[in-house]
Amino acid sequence: MSEDLAGHEGSSESGMIHPEVAKGADEGERGQDGGRLKHAEAASRPIGSPKAVREPQPRGAKIRGDRPIDQAEAAERFLAAPLHQKAHDERLWDLRKKRDTAAHGIPEWEELRELASQIKTHTLSNLDRYLEQFEAAAKVNGVHVHWARDGAEHNRIVHGILRDHGAKTLIKSKSMLTEECGFRHYMAAHDIEIIETDLGERIQQLDDEEPSHVVVPAVHKTRFDVAEVFARTMGTDPENDDAHYLAESQRMHTRPLILQADAGMTGCNFAVAETGTVVTCTNEGNADLSGNVPPLQIHSIGIEKLIPRVEHLGVFLRILARSALGSPITQYTSHFRGPRPGSEMHYVLVDNGRSERLGMEEFWTSLKCIRCGACMNTCPVYRRSGGLSYGATYSGPIGLIIDPTYNKRKYSTLPFSSTMNGSCTNVCPVKINIHEQIFAWRKVLAEEHQIPLLKQGMMKAAGAVLSRPAAYRAAIGTADSALKALPRFAVYNPLNTWGKAREMPEAPRQSFHAWYKQNRMARKSSTKKDAAE
Amino acid sequence: MRIGLFVPCYVDAFEPEVGIATLELLERFGLDVDYPYDQTCCGQPMTNTGCHTEAAATEALFVKNFSKFDYVVAPSGSCVHQVREHLTAIPQTEEVVGVRQKTFELVEFLHDVLKIEDLPWAEFPHRVAYHSNCNALRGIHHARPSEIARPFFSKPLNLLKKVRGVEVVDLTRPDECCGFGGTFSVFEPAVSAKMGYDKVADHARAGAQYVVSSDSSCMMHQKGCAERLGVPLKFIHIAQVLNGAAA
Repeated sequence: MSEDLAGHEGSSESGMIHPEVAKGADEGERGQDGGRLKHAEAASRPIGSPKAVREPQPRGAKIRGDRPIDQAEAAERFLAAPLHQKAHDERLWDLRKKRDTAAHGIPEWEELRELASQIKTHTLSNLDRYLEQFEAAAKVNGVHVHWARDGAEHNRIVHGILRDHGAKTLIKSKSMLTEECGFRHYMAAHDIEIIETDLGERIQQLDDEEPSHVVVPAVHKTRFDVAEVFARTMGTDPENDDAHYLAESQRMHTRPLILQADAGMTGCNFAVAETGTVVTCTNEGNADLSGNVPPLQIHSIGIEKLIPRVEHLGVFLRILARSALGSPITQYTSHFRGPRPGSEMHYVLVDNGRSERLGMEEFWTSLKCIRCGACMNTCPVYRRSGGLSYGATYSGPIGLIIDPTYNKRKYSTLPFSSTMNGSCTNVCPVKINIHEQIFAWRKVLAEEHQIPLLKQGMMKAAGAVLSRPAAYRAAIGTADSALKALPRFAVYNPLNTWGKAREMPEAPRQSFHAWYKQNRMARKSSTKKDAAE
Repeated sequence: MRIGLFVPCYVDAFEPEVGIATLELLERFGLDVDYPYDQTCCGQPMTNTGCHTEAAATEALFVKNFSKFDYVVAPSGSCVHQVREHLTAIPQTEEVVGVRQKTFELVEFLHDVLKIEDLPWAEFPHRVAYHSNCNALRGIHHARPSEIARPFFSKPLNLLKKVRGVEVVDLTRPDECCGFGGTFSVFEPAVSAKMGYDKVADHARAGAQYVVSSDSSCMMHQKGCAERLGVPLKFIHIAQVLNGAAA
């Protein structure tokens, strides 16, 4: 699935649209019947106006080796680009609303979520057995099966397969697993040309940027940004941000590369153990091109993608596209079972930290994730920060609980980039308790001293005051200094970040405590005295 | 029935009238309400930051203050959620588990325990945007969140319906988080403030005169955002509205 450039739908929230963004209907975006084009994926709005300020695209978090990602810093830069921020927030909120409509339209929605969650619990609890069953069935179907312990091994295996066939070009559909493995960078270093066939992912590849979202990888970009990238990389007109022009240019540029590619690769949405089938769900049909055009096809599969039987697929197909985009099903649901005559088919089953995660008592259910992106779309922090602010393969709520399993130090800050509002948990189609895992990660990280000393010191000081009534009273008793007018935890923050964008609360003349003492304790003791007399 | 009144630290320091309204409201129903004098905080600032060890002494103090009551009532869904779900830094003795189970947020206490029928003293003839604190909504189930495909219910709105003259306005994003998030508000100030700006803009667009909530913390943040933006919204705790505040 990918970002849509051509899609448009009227919004009932016209009052929320930035005037520059809302201005003018784009006549190039009407279908043959004259109506506005509608598309399942993330409607974008034409910026259109020649007077519109071209706002440079804010870039993602700064990566400095293993040093903790500063998500707040990157988010602040994203917020400083209001056209981008607003378009991003509105597009993803639109997906959330479509998801609600689709989900609430099915009476058994909550039961479906429960069922999907239980199927995943069962499968993950018996993963060894299902993986062996899957491998055996695939071999019977004539598929070559490989096992990769980590991303590096995955890349070596795929490179070996390509080398054996003398393949120099590979077309692939979007796969978060290959992002995890750093696949494109590895292949570039080995002189293999990779062509992404998903439009959004292709945009990101041409811009040498990671995907910012698991379903709509270029959702953080405006059409101006895309026009700029295409002009730079394909020589298109930088002033023309018409969606049809851009999409068609990309198609004309990439289609020959697709038809001539030596090998094709897809990821996997679901791997069916009983049949050995890999199932992909796309809206562009690009997985079909990747799987069906070249004479050599490779499917990279995270080991958690298993489901036991074909009948279980029905449950997941019903929840996946509805959760992701609010559509009943993706345009294409493709089943890859065995090689075509004259071609060769390979599966690479990848662990890359999954077995270890399966052993984590508080965090193993994150393996249920079907990468629908619903948690990102609903996350108010994600919508205002952009996916690249997380500086990790997985962004948004699911990223906060998966990323630290890859690198606790580098991603130690991410579980704090959340208000723990819980909306992510409620939209998750496989019922991962995402916000509770965010809370649990904070505890793990504090215990392992992976949070800043300053922060831990502040909390120690807060705990010392809040556990001693006399110290607490002394701290808030006199509210006449500016320092004392701050919320308690902020008092310990040497950088006063509250007041930068918000007014301070005014301290009242008297605390509740003092009021109670004056108005009630005196009365109570006098009542008692009266009674005694 | 002996009620222990827990007044969260924010309310104590910044919104004493919320504590007073809670106390008076409970007394209107003839309850014996006591305010343990040595109370401080529920421990949430520390546990939400992952610092459970640092929260232990505060949690122990909370339990010591409140174990002798039949119910503990607080005008904050957020603090009650902390006590009920996350007061785990100290050994879970019978006394600790007991306090956690009998701690109620004011709205759910009135709605589910007292099952109050009417509030003859309450009148609030204003257009009101109700703000759901996320812990109150999704943590202690004040209402059906918009994500869930189940029949709608809302305990705070049920109570507000009993107040004469209240007109509740519809929000574009009814239960979107306002961005306070406890320590999030100071550690991620830019995103937090932007969420707050968007929230108060939604209230204003809906035509609200007042924002009513069961949590002072969210409102303290939103008020700061509204004042900075120059949005003329007024903020009032549901305890005050239910207690008959004339506004």
